[in-house]
Amino acid sequence: MIPKIGVVTDIRIDTPDIKTFRVVGLDGKKVFDHMPGQCAMLSIPGVGEAMFSITSSPTNTEYMEFSIKKCGCLTTWLHAMDVGQQITIRGPYGKHFPVEDEFKGKDILVIAGGVGLAPVRSVVNYIRAKRQDYGKLKIIYGSRSKDDLLDYKEILEEWMQDEGVEVHLTIDRPQEGWDGHVGFVPNYVKEVNPSLNYTVIMCGPPIMIKFSLANLKEMGFAETQVYTTMELRMKCGVGKCGRCNIGSKYVCKDGPVFRFDQLDALPNEY
Amino acid sequence: MRKLPIDQLSALFQTLDEKEALYIPADDPAAGQARFMRYREGLEMTHALNTVRSAKDFFFPQTENLVDFKLKGKEIEIIDPRTEHEDFVIFGVRACDARSFTILDKVFLADPVDTYYQSRREHGTIVTLACTQPEETCFCTAFGIDPAAPEGDARCWIEGDSLYMEALTEKGEKFLDSVKGLTSECGDEAVRAQQEKTRKIAEDLPFGKLNLEGFNGENMLKLFDSKEWASLSQACLGCGTCTFVCPTCQCYDIRDFKTNDGVVRFRCWDSCMYSDFTKMASGNPRLTQLERFRQRFMHKLVYFPANNEGEYGCVGCGRCLAKCPISMNIVKVAKALAEEVR
Ligand SMILES: Cc1cc2nc3c(=O)[nH]c(=O)nc-3n(C[C@H](O)[C@H](O)[C@H](O)COP(=O)(O)OP(=O)(O)OC[C@H]3O[C@@H](n4cnc5c(N)ncnc54)[C@H](O)[C@@H]3O)c2cc1C
Ligand code: SF4
Ligand code: SF4
Ligand code: FES
Repeated sequence: MIPKIGVVTDIRIDTPDIKTFRVVGLDGKKVFDHMPGQCAMLSIPGVGEAMFSITSSPTNTEYMEFSIKKCGCLTTWLHAMDVGQQITIRGPYGKHFPVEDEFKGKDILVIAGGVGLAPVRSVVNYIRAKRQDYGKLKIIYGSRSKDDLLDYKEILEEWMQDEGVEVHLTIDRPQEGWDGHVGFVPNYVKEVNPSLNYTVIMCGPPIMIKFSLANLKEMGFAETQVYTTMELRMKCGVGKCGRCNIGSKYVCKDGPVFRFDQLDALPNEY
Repeated sequence: MRKLPIDQLSALFQTLDEKEALYIPADDPAAGQARFMRYREGLEMTHALNTVRSAKDFFFPQTENLVDFKLKGKEIEIIDPRTEHEDFVIFGVRACDARSFTILDKVFLADPVDTYYQSRREHGTIVTLACTQPEETCFCTAFGIDPAAPEGDARCWIEGDSLYMEALTEKGEKFLDSVKGLTSECGDEAVRAQQEKTRKIAEDLPFGKLNLEGFNGENMLKLFDSKEWASLSQACLGCGTCTFVCPTCQCYDIRDFKTNDGVVRFRCWDSCMYSDFTKMASGNPRLTQLERFRQRFMHKLVYFPANNEGEYGCVGCGRCLAKCPISMNIVKVAKALAEEVR
């Protein structure tokens, strides 16, 4: 429960309501190691404490990054702060994506919507850094508009330039200056029509998850090959405050990464 | 086994309190109820069967400071507020509450260990007292608890004009040693006879044989989807009384408090019965009292055993039966749901 101090060394404006913060420890090094999909509790004492996905890859040994959407007390404060601000940080929390076992050697399909890219950016960059350990990497990412695409620059300049990485972007409605795909993510998944060999990671708003999962199933995907991350209200992060359970599982400790067949065995209360 | 003439009880308390802080269940005139109080000369044990609030405060206090901060411009200083706890003895804990500690252990001592709880736990010696007159609301026996042979570091029986004592752990031995001068070695016949009587009474308690067969992880969805929840939860006020008096309820909130020269981050008891417990920017997965009510009982009867080798998150102390303003309780819930799984 006793956090460490983090120093914000860089702030990037990603979208109108999302900023990405770079954080190091007081010694200028990474505060702790993590695995893709894990989270950390960030806080400004007196303002609040909340859970955020660590969006940078574990293979980045210099710093951690967090992409944070402005939506309340703490997040508004974080959006208003300047470089050099100290925050508190504790973690890493939760089970990570099984990049060392189930994902090894597999073709990976990432489906993300909006800020849902935050938890999967880490796994994408992890796989890119350890290319030889995985098969193909296909990414389908959509948001409301071009301006709402997270990490757009990194996607264009790094992901899209990588061999063996296939990126499909889409936005909800046509927009000036956008000559890419237009339409909702679930439909785009059908159009892209990935083969059934892919292991799927899916993150985004509940409505996107619901329809994308239905479409994947219709295409022949099994729930055992689709992973997602869950978000519930959290306080402790260690399975003790009793706040974040779905049935007998605590999202902070047993999740946030779940496979859909695991979620099926739990009450539908999320 | 050792015994002490009952008229020497104050002497025993005095001796204990000289070494470590001693707490006994006593009638608090200010609160108008029995509660655990720091011993002082003249304080007597209550005649009430049990304290209104449980004994969980000793290890999991209602509020507890976790960390302090000092802020200066963009800088933050972190201060660990923890100090070494004093050793203490809780005397007169009942069998149900003694079991509740082992249930709380499963939460707070599980990896990663909650060091705040652990430290209090290490410094506390639990001396239990066997029941002789279990009440109608008691159903500890449904959870395999024997009110005539409570767990703890040491346990006692009051029979006739003697207090009988037996150690169960190293801490318990230390406790017995510390009062050795007042006590004498004895046989256990009197205790055995009392136990037999108590067990007979316990056997006839109205809820003592509450059948929980089928309440397990395998039936999670069946029980969760039961139609019974609607009528069971209908009158629930969401007052949270049941969670606050419960010895095994352990949900907490973490909050910050601004002081003159910094910030104190503390935790305090919270209740899954409250509407904002799971509220998020994007909505609330437990929108109505039905979902919150269901959570409390599913946690105790299904989720907890699913994660803890079948052990339930209730010890049958009966506090929620006695205190709920609408007379709802875990026994009614378990009975109403039984049909789903049998
Ligand atoms: C595992 C996990 C990973 C997350 N990852 C990210 C991330 O990478 N980027 C990001 O921007 N956000 C993420 N979130 C959500 C983030 O924790 C909330 O947006 C944050 O708690 C809001 O805090 P606040 O103080 O600004 O809002 P508050 O002022 O506390 O509240 C504003 C509203 O947000 C609600 N709220 C409180 N906690 C949460 C919560 N956990 N989730 C949603 N709403 C909440 C409040 O009830 C209120 O309605 C994640 C949450 C979880 C549980
Ligand atoms: S649920 Fe009721 S009977 Fe069971 S331990 Fe809690 S207060 Fe006691
Ligand atoms: S069950 Fe009873 S005590 Fe518990 S919250 Fe509802 S009304 Fe209050
Ligand atoms: S956040 Fe406390 S139990 Fe998950």
